Amino acid sequence: MIHPHGGRLVNRMVSGEQREQLAKRCGELPKLALNQRELADLEMIAAGAMSPLEGFLTESDYRSVVNSMRLASGRVWSIPVVLSAKSDDHKQLKSGDELALVDEAGRALAVMEVDGCYEVDHDYEAQMVLRTSDDGHPGVQYLRSISPVYIGGTVNMIRRPEHKDFVRHRLEPKETRVLFSTKGWNRVAAFQTRNPIHRAHEYLQKCALEVTDGLLIHPLVGETKSDDIPADVRMRCYEELISKYYPSDRVVLSVFPAAMRYAGPREAIFHALVRKNYGCTHFIVGRDHAGVGDYYGTYDAHAIFGEFEPQEIDITPLFFDHAFFCRMCGNMATTKTCPHGKEEHVFLSGTKVREMLGRGELPPAEFTRPEVAKLLAEAAG
Amino acid sequence: MAPRDPSEMVTLKIPRPLYERLGQLIEGTGFRSVTEFATYVLRDLASHPAPPRRAEEAPEAGRMTDAELAAARQRLRELGYL
Repeated sequence: MIHPHGGRLVNRMVSGEQREQLAKRCGELPKLALNQRELADLEMIAAGAMSPLEGFLTESDYRSVVNSMRLASGRVWSIPVVLSAKSDDHKQLKSGDELALVDEAGRALAVMEVDGCYEVDHDYEAQMVLRTSDDGHPGVQYLRSISPVYIGGTVNMIRRPEHKDFVRHRLEPKETRVLFSTKGWNRVAAFQTRNPIHRAHEYLQKCALEVTDGLLIHPLVGETKSDDIPADVRMRCYEELISKYYPSDRVVLSVFPAAMRYAGPREAIFHALVRKNYGCTHFIVGRDHAGVGDYYGTYDAHAIFGEFEPQEIDITPLFFDHAFFCRMCGNMATTKTCPHGKEEHVFLSGTKVREMLGRGELPPAEFTRPEVAKLLAEAAG
Repeated sequence: MAPRDPSEMVTLKIPRPLYERLGQLIEGTGFRSVTEFATYVLRDLASHPAPPRRAEEAPEAGRMTDAELAAARQRLRELGYL
């Protein structure tokens, strides 16, 4: 089984007497209510999905990640995973203090051992991480919505966040690792998605499956921007597609709880490292991975992997060019494998698909499987 | 101590941020250079028995007890994954 990032699967869930003591102490501690992104991050840190992180980034780690895509230790980490202050009281926290992290209902989920507070420049973070400080970028909008004072420190989780959705599909890294091991899969390709799976995505996944033992379809179900297709609709599409067109003994569908950052290339590195923690050996990187609008070049998310030594990332990226159905070839292909012109290619943008669905039209079968098109049409109608 | 024969030395490449971080760490210590510090740490590490190569053999992975493993498999079965 592939090593987790950093060599050890972090576990910040506490149990038994320690849990009882921490839970009891929470009533006396200052509280901080997490937003949706932070809640998802906390859950992932505690379960080891963000290994080697043991908490929200301290100042030295944050500055190193923002400036050089590495933790202060030098280990590759491309996305700041941070906790923002919610009140002036939080800004007074100092090293050694404890902070109760609570959900929106006020339930205590974890206790943070505070390393310290630090003030950041959101414009600088946006430029470095998102490659823009344009207010139209959803990641920039998120930064504008939170405090520029961050609190770093390790976390001890005493209670998992409550989930009412996708309960059957929530697997932690230790569980996917046991699953792959039990199935005898040595090489597992992960597919990250926040969109319905159209024929082009299916093609990439099946190409990846040709050279591996199994496929983890790992849709992101944390916060996304409002015009993305809702996760529950996407999940119905995935289940329908898998049941009709995939070999059931070679595919696992499980959800990825993280929020989208829309950080393009940097998020591609993050998505790859995290999937390594789930036990995957390969990671599919298509065109404009984790992109939004025209903020990133089509293949920037491929190029960024070249900034690191392969062993530093240690999960094999599988790069794919733009995929489509070619009428002349009579099959799925990419710009790498098809010699024909664009006029022969069946490809629709997300906007075009939304427009078609809005008019009650179904996208062509060369673009989307009819079963998926029908589900999308029902959701749009 | 006599200077080492250069032909007995090799160059190791490490990321520059790590090099700079190590440089900060040894400030005020007896180490005269990052190279001297890295050699000390690596020599100390190499003096211990070799660590397990595979994750499933590593002590961290071993923290999953038989009972935990059985519970994970049971949950995977209940969810229909196994």
